[in-house]
Amino acid sequence: MLKFFAMRLLTTVPVLVLVTFVAFGLVLLIPGDPAVTIAGPDATVEQVAAVRERLGLDRPVVVQYWDWVTGALSGDLGTSLFTSRPVATSIGDGLPVTMALAGTALLISLLIAVPTAILSALRRGTWLDRVATVGSSLGIALPSFWLGLVFVLIFSLGLGWLPATGYVAIEEDPAAWLAHIVLPALTLGIAGAAESTRQLRGSIIGVLQQDYIRTARAKGLRARMVIGKHVMKNASVPLVTVLGLQITALLGGAVLVEQVFGVPGLGQVAINAVTTRDLPVIQGVVLVAVLVAVVCNLLVDLAYGYLNPKVRPR
Amino acid sequence: MTNIERPSPAATGAADPATPDLAVAPDAPAASALPAGTVPAEATAAVVHGGGAWADFRRRVARNRGAMIALGVLALLVLVAAIGPFITPADPNQQNLRGVLLDPFTAGHVLGTDQLGRDILSRLIVGTRVSLLAICLALAVAMVIGVPLGFLTGYIGGRFDTVVMRLNDAAMSFPPLLLAIALVAVLGPSLRNAMFAVGILMAPRFLRLVRGVVIGLKEETYVEASRSIGTPPATIILRHILPNTLSPLTVAIAVTAGYAMLSEAGLSFLGLGVQPPDASWGSMIREGFLYYGRSPWLGIFPGVLIALTVFTFVTLGDGLRDALGREERTES
Repeated sequence: MLKFFAMRLLTTVPVLVLVTFVAFGLVLLIPGDPAVTIAGPDATVEQVAAVRERLGLDRPVVVQYWDWVTGALSGDLGTSLFTSRPVATSIGDGLPVTMALAGTALLISLLIAVPTAILSALRRGTWLDRVATVGSSLGIALPSFWLGLVFVLIFSLGLGWLPATGYVAIEEDPAAWLAHIVLPALTLGIAGAAESTRQLRGSIIGVLQQDYIRTARAKGLRARMVIGKHVMKNASVPLVTVLGLQITALLGGAVLVEQVFGVPGLGQVAINAVTTRDLPVIQGVVLVAVLVAVVCNLLVDLAYGYLNPKVRPR
Repeated sequence: MTNIERPSPAATGAADPATPDLAVAPDAPAASALPAGTVPAEATAAVVHGGGAWADFRRRVARNRGAMIALGVLALLVLVAAIGPFITPADPNQQNLRGVLLDPFTAGHVLGTDQLGRDILSRLIVGTRVSLLAICLALAVAMVIGVPLGFLTGYIGGRFDTVVMRLNDAAMSFPPLLLAIALVAVLGPSLRNAMFAVGILMAPRFLRLVRGVVIGLKEETYVEASRSIGTPPATIILRHILPNTLSPLTVAIAVTAGYAMLSEAGLSFLGLGVQPPDASWGSMIREGFLYYGRSPWLGIFPGVLIALTVFTFVTLGDGLRDALGREERTES
């Protein structure tokens, strides 16, 4: 067990290095002279020179990378080219909001997916199963930002139950926080719920076909016991995998949903930076978002190894 | 070192419709390579030409109602994309500032007009081509990168495989949409750049899929036999391995296409994809978003089309996988 943990932690190190390559490497992908492109078409020679100076683009790439990485390690991700705010501050403001949104969405998606998948798998082939299957395919197919739009039309503009945009921090006013987070989280959670339902249903059906389930039934174990003890325990292992998948998807999907509902999360920071080609901010957001995804996946993997001894090295 | 032989989240990839399906596929071809018991006449052909599994797969698909309906819908969409510009009721870019934001079912504009008085139905029809071409571009990029690398790493194996797969797993744990946004940000917003980015981010899925198939097939008796009589690797790959990857690849393409469509829509919604005055369904939602208080249908119609198209791809993928899965079941 310990060996598995150590191995898994060790294999994360190259991934982390790769992440820094990817985030930093973005600057190398800018077509033409990065300083000219970032400064914009109307920039004067002095402005271009200033951008080059500030980003350190006149130095060798390796030196630039080293400075950036060592800065990042000490929490300094540079300053925004447009607002002159430290990138770390902008991200620090946005990240908790996105995490709250993604966390709530994950909770909602599980609350929908787990009961639906169990019912659907146990009543396989019935109308209930068919509704759940078609529903989950539809849930995947609906573009999240469009769904958000429809929710706003119905619940905010139509019924007036919930605010259409904005965000309130949970420590300021929990009730207002809930009112503001429900629609975005539901929007974000539905695609995840659909995906999880499909996966979980499949794995439960797989477990139900196992011999040990037949044995458990044959020896007269009550249905509740069979399902609770044998089916769910074994089907929960793939659920852990699903969780890992969900986290990565939620981080990406949050960008779109935040845009629809005007939630000031990491996605908003990213989009604002993209429209102004604010390179340090883009690099910072990519670094932090990928780090969060990698760490979450690491935790999921460790949980997976804990639950499923088969994957541990001997 | 090979302790990652499991559908770990990093391995099966960043969450999207494509992932779980790709993870299932690699086991299938091992079975599909041996249709011997079922169709004896063609089994010989399968071994000689390597096309038997593919033919079998096609026959099964033809019997799957869901897949056939989905294929029909898809054919219709392709037709609309092909002849769209000739059948629009009005010029999709013709502005008419006297008739902006008209309600659906007004005379001359079945689905109404947008904020510049352009006919929405015409724009939807023309947008079909943009959206479908975007999917094709993303798929092409993903396959050109992923498929050959998958063959290579699966066939060579060893340390090379370990390194490539570790990188691949890492790439798959990145949030794809966010990276696509970052890539578009540095490359400049355009539909081509957006779909290029999406394609790159989907390549690891194809790599993983093809590698799995190749590794499964490498151990097959007939491949070993072929190798033992001195068949060069290139011939083995072309004759024996390539044909057997076709069916799982088809499943992957269907599922990934749905994902590519959603990505295109998302990026265009953010203004990073298609640029005005051109329209894709995603960018039409973006425009509709600005007027949703007054004219909600502006954003509703394109969203419905996107949802229906992705649903078609998902259904097609399910049907195709069923056609694959049956082989698996009869073998085990």
